[in-house]
Amino acid sequence: MITNPKKGISAFISDCVRWSLSGGRGYKIYLLALLAVMGAGLVSYVKQFQEGLIITGMSDIVSWGLYISNFTFFVGVAAAAVMLIVPAYILKDKDLHEVVIIGECVAVGALIMCLMFITMDMGGPLKVWHMMPGIGLFNWPSSILTWDVLVLNGYLALNSLVPLYILYCNYHDREPVGWKYKPFVFLSILWAVSIHMTTAFLYQGLPARPFWNNPLLGPRFLASAFAAGPAVIMMVLIAIKQWSKYPVDIQIFFKIKRIIVVSAVINLLMLFSEIFKEFYTFTHHSLSAQYLFFGLDGHTSLVPWIWTAIGLNILGTLLFAFDPTKGNPRYLMVAAISLFTGIWIEKGFGLIIPGFIPSPMGEVVDYTPTANEIIITLGVLATGVLVVTLLIKPALAILIKFKEAKT
Amino acid sequence: MNSSGKKEDEMKVTDILEKKSTRRSFVKNLSIAAAAGSAGLVTGGCVSLGKSEEMGLKWEEYFKSNYRLMTQEEKDETVARLVRLAKIQNDADIQISNQEPRENVLYGYAFNISRCKGYMDCVEACVKENNLDRKAKTQYIRLFEMDSGQLDPTSGDGKYFHEVPVEGKFYMGVQCFHCENAPCIKACPTKATWREPDGIVVVDYDWCIGCRYCLAACPYWGRRFNWGEPEVPKEEMNTKQHYLGNRMRMKGVMEKCTFCVQRTRQGKLPACAEACPTGSRVFGNLLDPNSEIRYVLKNKKVFRFKEELGTDPKFWYFID
Repeated sequence: MITNPKKGISAFISDCVRWSLSGGRGYKIYLLALLAVMGAGLVSYVKQFQEGLIITGMSDIVSWGLYISNFTFFVGVAAAAVMLIVPAYILKDKDLHEVVIIGECVAVGALIMCLMFITMDMGGPLKVWHMMPGIGLFNWPSSILTWDVLVLNGYLALNSLVPLYILYCNYHDREPVGWKYKPFVFLSILWAVSIHMTTAFLYQGLPARPFWNNPLLGPRFLASAFAAGPAVIMMVLIAIKQWSKYPVDIQIFFKIKRIIVVSAVINLLMLFSEIFKEFYTFTHHSLSAQYLFFGLDGHTSLVPWIWTAIGLNILGTLLFAFDPTKGNPRYLMVAAISLFTGIWIEKGFGLIIPGFIPSPMGEVVDYTPTANEIIITLGVLATGVLVVTLLIKPALAILIKFKEAKT
Repeated sequence: MNSSGKKEDEMKVTDILEKKSTRRSFVKNLSIAAAAGSAGLVTGGCVSLGKSEEMGLKWEEYFKSNYRLMTQEEKDETVARLVRLAKIQNDADIQISNQEPRENVLYGYAFNISRCKGYMDCVEACVKENNLDRKAKTQYIRLFEMDSGQLDPTSGDGKYFHEVPVEGKFYMGVQCFHCENAPCIKACPTKATWREPDGIVVVDYDWCIGCRYCLAACPYWGRRFNWGEPEVPKEEMNTKQHYLGNRMRMKGVMEKCTFCVQRTRQGKLPACAEACPTGSRVFGNLLDPNSEIRYVLKNKKVFRFKEELGTDPKFWYFID
């Protein structure tokens, strides 16, 4: 056994920082590009901070837009880490155990995006302490939003601390001690389900909005998340296989593919069930669905989006289900991007915007995000990608080193 | 005001200094410049003094508590700070009341759909009384022009702009219905909105974080958000204000109809009910058996909007 010359927390931190920033010229350019997008987002956000949310396309009728749409979708991506955690830690699947840490890094990145999107959407971000238990007034358990704050931050803590502990042990050439982290793994599995159900309940619990007030919303959130999330993880794994020394076994792709196919099929089934309910007997409560799928009173801005999304959904599902290339990374990349994009549009835009249209007073308006809003959103996305990158790099370095030390 | 005065002074000084001048006039000018400079210094001092007072007040305002948790003393202090801030920032002399609900009062509202002619005097009165944002054209009240055969305002036209009344049409007003079981209150993550003992659903503007979850939860579209900084010309501002009512809102917070809490707690009618030329708007104390609202509820055929949601609004429609 080779022992590290250096030990302790400070060596761990400095090595992690070094590993996350080291890389070839391409990697440096990639980091700079992300920083540039983040910088543009920051400039736009400063403008929004000064002038108010008036610089967005939102209004009193469509009062949540791009930010909350993306928030909702990325909660699903975060929750999807559980689809690797269950087989890796509970079913003791050796292959998936190799990459579970990547799922957890993706979850952390997604959660940071979620919390940022919520903050970007607030009218008074400086007053956020009003919501903190203890110093503010936390309307728990009445407000579902307070539940969401709890579960999202709790899940972020679980998904940061468990991998951190494991990596810290591996860094010091030790196997992690089971009883010290396994209970938190079990907890994080329940917690993953709860973050997405709670986020669905935010919408599902509003009788004012018939489009959301639907008991299938939560389960469908989960199904779509368990398809889109592993699709993201697969994209990351393909990139790792392509650009790093970390070995990603083909079996891993097959297993993730199977998870995606099952979830995507259940998701499509539920989508069909919803469409049937909305259109077989058309009621006043179906007007939002009418707006989304076919347009209402000449307002059709979401129609091309939702049909693109459904097309991509079906395409992605079919590509994963019938894979003639038997795990060719390029083929899987196309499938993953198509499914991910399809669910992104459908779970984001396609879910949040129609909930507001028509308004409770029957008014129909379109919502178009402004350039500022889009730049801020891109800035948050770039931050998430950067976080995931900077977490995965040292994690892989430690794992590779640990494996070498073991053999 | 002060800062622009200072700028003028500075410009005078530079003008004078840049002028080509004879020696004699130079000496003369020098003394003027010195005088102007010292004047600038004095006003500059005042500006920074005013600024630091403003900053101090804002600092204390930032850390204040939710209105419902304040003691009477703290309520008076924040009111004093807000009044002073209005003076410093806009040179406005306002009064802000923090009058408590009256005993044994529960407000209710009834709207006579057979009388309303859609004149919109109520809307105008509401905008003026409640200092609603003129730039965004915020309205708490909406009037819907309805075809006969309908009773659901969602089927009406809320944007009509023509001479009224129109033959064969009738009019329905909507605003916040002050629900007893209000979904907005349940939704708020910070308890920044609540129902007062007299039945008025209010917002603590300074406590609202602007998440807009209440707006999504309201089935009656009763809430309005300040997307930008609200603007009311100083000469049009209603200076008789209430902390939970028509005091000036800021960008990024929610607001709504408060049944004109600044008026009704003094025993007056809400501005809309007072302004209505047709007498379609009935407002009063539901706990007083002799009130007009109780008469309407007892003797007229009344109904409420979206009754199936179980929100129990304190706003009824009735037909003569």
